[in-house]
Amino acid sequence: MTPRIDRLRKESYEAVPSLSIERALIETAFYKNNYGKYPIPVLRAMNFYEICKKKTIYIGEDELIVGERGPKPKAVSTFPELTCHSVEDLQVLKSRTLQPYYISDEDIEQYRTEVIPYWEGRTQRERIFSHVPKEWKEAYESGVFTEFMEQRAPGHTALDGKIYTTGMLDFKRKIQKHLASLDFLNDPEATDKQEELTGMAISCDAVILFAERHAELADEMADDLEKELADNMFDSESEIDRLTQRVAELRNIAKTCRWVPAHAPRTFQEAIQMYWFVHLGTITELNGWDAMNPGHFDLHLAPFYDKEIAEGTLTRDHAKELMSCFFIKVNNQPAPPKVGITAKESGTYNDFTNINIGGIKSDGTDGVSEVSYLMLEVINEVHLLQPGTSIHISKVTPDKFLIAGAKIIRKGFGYPSVFSPDTYVRELVNQGKSLEDAREGGCSGCIEVGAFGKEAYLLTGYLNTAKILELTLNNGLDPLSGKQLGLKLGKAEDFETYEGLYEAFKKNIAYFTDMKMRVNNYIDSMFAKYAPATFLSVLIDDCIAKGRDYYNCGPRYNTSYIQCTGLGTTTDSLSALKKHVFDDKTFSMSKIMEALKSNFSQDKGYEKLRQYIINNTPFFGNDDKEADDIAVRLFNDLRDAIEGKPNIKGECYHLNMLSTTCHVYFGKITGATPNGRFANKPVSDGTSPSHGADTNGPSAVVKSLGKLAQDKSGGTLLNIRMLPSMLKTDDDINKLGALIRTYFMLGGHHIQFNVVDTKTLLDAQKHPEDYRDLLVRVAGYSDYFNDMNADLQYDVIMRTANESF
Amino acid sequence: MSLIFDIKIFAVHDGPGIRVSIFFKGCPLRCAWCHNPESRSALPQKMYSKKKCIGCLSCIEACPENALQMTPDGIVTDCLKCILCGACVKACPSKAMEMCGRPLDEEAVLKLLEGERLFFEQSGGGVTFSGGEPLSHPEALLSLLKKCGDAGFHRTVDTSLFASAEIVKSIAAETDLFLIDIKHIDSSLHKKFTGVPNELILSNIRLVAQMGVPYWIRIPLIGNANATEKNISATAQFIGTLKTAPQKIELLPYHKIGDHKIEKLGGKIAANDFYTPDEKTIENYNKILLSAQLSL
Repeated sequence: MTPRIDRLRKESYEAVPSLSIERALIETAFYKNNYGKYPIPVLRAMNFYEICKKKTIYIGEDELIVGERGPKPKAVSTFPELTCHSVEDLQVLKSRTLQPYYISDEDIEQYRTEVIPYWEGRTQRERIFSHVPKEWKEAYESGVFTEFMEQRAPGHTALDGKIYTTGMLDFKRKIQKHLASLDFLNDPEATDKQEELTGMAISCDAVILFAERHAELADEMADDLEKELADNMFDSESEIDRLTQRVAELRNIAKTCRWVPAHAPRTFQEAIQMYWFVHLGTITELNGWDAMNPGHFDLHLAPFYDKEIAEGTLTRDHAKELMSCFFIKVNNQPAPPKVGITAKESGTYNDFTNINIGGIKSDGTDGVSEVSYLMLEVINEVHLLQPGTSIHISKVTPDKFLIAGAKIIRKGFGYPSVFSPDTYVRELVNQGKSLEDAREGGCSGCIEVGAFGKEAYLLTGYLNTAKILELTLNNGLDPLSGKQLGLKLGKAEDFETYEGLYEAFKKNIAYFTDMKMRVNNYIDSMFAKYAPATFLSVLIDDCIAKGRDYYNCGPRYNTSYIQCTGLGTTTDSLSALKKHVFDDKTFSMSKIMEALKSNFSQDKGYEKLRQYIINNTPFFGNDDKEADDIAVRLFNDLRDAIEGKPNIKGECYHLNMLSTTCHVYFGKITGATPNGRFANKPVSDGTSPSHGADTNGPSAVVKSLGKLAQDKSGGTLLNIRMLPSMLKTDDDINKLGALIRTYFMLGGHHIQFNVVDTKTLLDAQKHPEDYRDLLVRVAGYSDYFNDMNADLQYDVIMRTANESF
Repeated sequence: MSLIFDIKIFAVHDGPGIRVSIFFKGCPLRCAWCHNPESRSALPQKMYSKKKCIGCLSCIEACPENALQMTPDGIVTDCLKCILCGACVKACPSKAMEMCGRPLDEEAVLKLLEGERLFFEQSGGGVTFSGGEPLSHPEALLSLLKKCGDAGFHRTVDTSLFASAEIVKSIAAETDLFLIDIKHIDSSLHKKFTGVPNELILSNIRLVAQMGVPYWIRIPLIGNANATEKNISATAQFIGTLKTAPQKIELLPYHKIGDHKIEKLGGKIAANDFYTPDEKTIENYNKILLSAQLSL
């Protein structure tokens, strides 16, 4: 690591996340003066332009890649047009123990007087909550499902390679061409298209202006330094050398920012800076989920790297330094603050930019390049909270790359995670994408698959399958809230057969997924109407060609996902009921229900029953046919409930199986479950086995997971925890590689590892001050152990620790 | 009937690649530092874990012989009364009572191995027969080795080689790799720590090396027993006289992981002053052994 990176990294690591009200102030003033004067897409684009024109520009000491969303690193903007935080919200955000965001009292006061009054009754969140039916609201508040879009905009996408060959001026020319060819006589949508395309063109100007303002500031800073140098203000020669070099760097920054994003990049540095301006543009325009994502960054940068190395205008070390600067920039952008249930489903500063490394090219050949290896080195050296990274291992990926990646996994940062392009290309093709678009796709956020640069693949919220089973066993009544949430299909004791019980459970699943989709369709419409993302639309094919917004069928592909959580817990619970109540008749249903109601009370003697269940039930994750058959059936039935249901964009919903931190929240509001899990404890994450249920080692786990038709989902998630002692030697690393390869041969989509021992985690709970930088894998992303709440810490500690690999 | 006491799927420290290890029950040696005490007796044994016991007394109710009693130390079995019928194991909800030792089911083992084939292929792994002492079950072992060979699995035998030369020869013909322990090079000290002298073992190692079957040498490294430079140097010297070189020499530093199992078997952990040598010492011994390996 160079001294520059060491300094920048430290600054980024130590910067305190804060709230910046600058964006809200600019936007509020703009809306006050202009709302109603322009069509919505034009208004939104002009608002974006206004922010780019007026926001504070920041260039930090030593930086080579420039630009921040806020006025300084880790200063996060608010988005009052979506959710206008109340004074109480801001106080909570400021003072809460986990993921606080600093904000001064003066800023809160200014927010109270200038921002809040305007937005009251006009926000997206209010529009949504005033519309939803009572039963939706009750199910939402009781934790049957969550709703992604109530505080943050849909985003969930990643870019392909077009910004490396197309500058904003080129995009504008394309937009002008489509504007010029609008047919107002025969096309009833021509006016809508004109408004949208005009918005897109303004958005291109906004980002160019944003970059030019950086060029101006860099030149000013260079002028000042030159003046100081000319005035002989420095004695030490090394200081003079350093500053002279900095002047040159600033001039180069200015030159770079005058060229990109207006034009297509020519150099490695311009290419990174190009992406970074585009990234900042999308996360300034709106607060879309998962920030932005460069997708296959190594693949896109490789041509620039190769050309410059050949020409001698770039060294490997300098390329690595630039890449490190970029990684630090991503870390400088914490997630926009969330409150309420949404904070629980995603309680982290991580904003889920997940850079794809390795994988395949669009012709199916190996995509690994020198830039891929360089990025692995940067991960190892910089290892901050963000960005998330993943390595992509296909049949054609060389072992050399897999092993190099596995050696970083061994470090225990929780990343990179590992994906199988062979599986996810099949997933995308199964969803109807062309093979070439599928191969250019990858995984963003946690594990969700999409056609990069061509698809809006929106996560709409999590579904709590364990809770739905609980409701089914209680005739639709929620024991916790006392409310009738589910269908009345009979009491648990009334089911004479397992099939009868399962059918009722299935009906409830469909009942809730339908309920959720109805509201999602409404929310989607609200975004299309009130918050079009005109800049994001420039970047995603075929929004320009169609003249339609990213939120309004503009992209070539439009997917909606519902993420189903708790496959392990629910499978094991069904397995316990099937075996002990219906097959073996060891216990009566009423006895089990009593035990659940008492939370397996020891005083009432239910610990014996709980132990019996834990030790005598086929559980998912052990390559046990009985349990795995139940999991496969549940997986297929969840898919059937969701798959193919129309969304408002003429396409449909698909199944997804990630959990983020939602399995902890869902566990909190779900009573004891028949698999022996106590009330309030986390349910299983992603498609991982339940905590401690997998007792036959990782090969059994991946074989169980391999039985799910993963290529008919939009992504699955497997967490495996390993002790550091298992990955000591190069030989051990080879074996880890073999485990990954085998899982992918079995059809696996994703696997990730926590390499940390229980002692370390327990000690970190006791002495958090000694473990400030202990990163662990949560579910699709890494987080600092000490930034996680006690329940989530428990969740990680309770995952089976594999000692013999 | 041969008994096994464990099958470990995804074993990664018992030979090359990802493996399945099958542990035979019964061992002619009595190593003072043994970390698999349940492997010694060739007969079934009952194990009890106080940690897992929830005190529900189901086992006492189930015992037809009144052999069990609840004490402050948990359930205690009267060995004179116990007929090893397994009723208590069946009755225990929390698996605090377990029966150690089950008949080897050849067909089931082969089926299990078949299920792991992809992992073997991807990692260069296979099956490892360990123990206890697998060579104490020559017939069962040989039959399985042959069938594994027919199925194309890489076969490793982890052994002390304390067996007749005839048995070693017949097993060697069906083995792809031996993992051989040398516990002490001095026969009288070997007897002191393991209960048997080492002449037979050393001559069998010579035999294996002469037959040209690949083998690794593994030395458990026990402070206050065999972890002396003198022993390691002499061992290295012995290795230097072998006909073919071992593919690998591994030092296995002493650990106490097995101690709790002595208690589970109802025994008391005998006081000893064994310790784990420090890393510097281990590194030094590794160097000595490496030079012996290279000299071949």
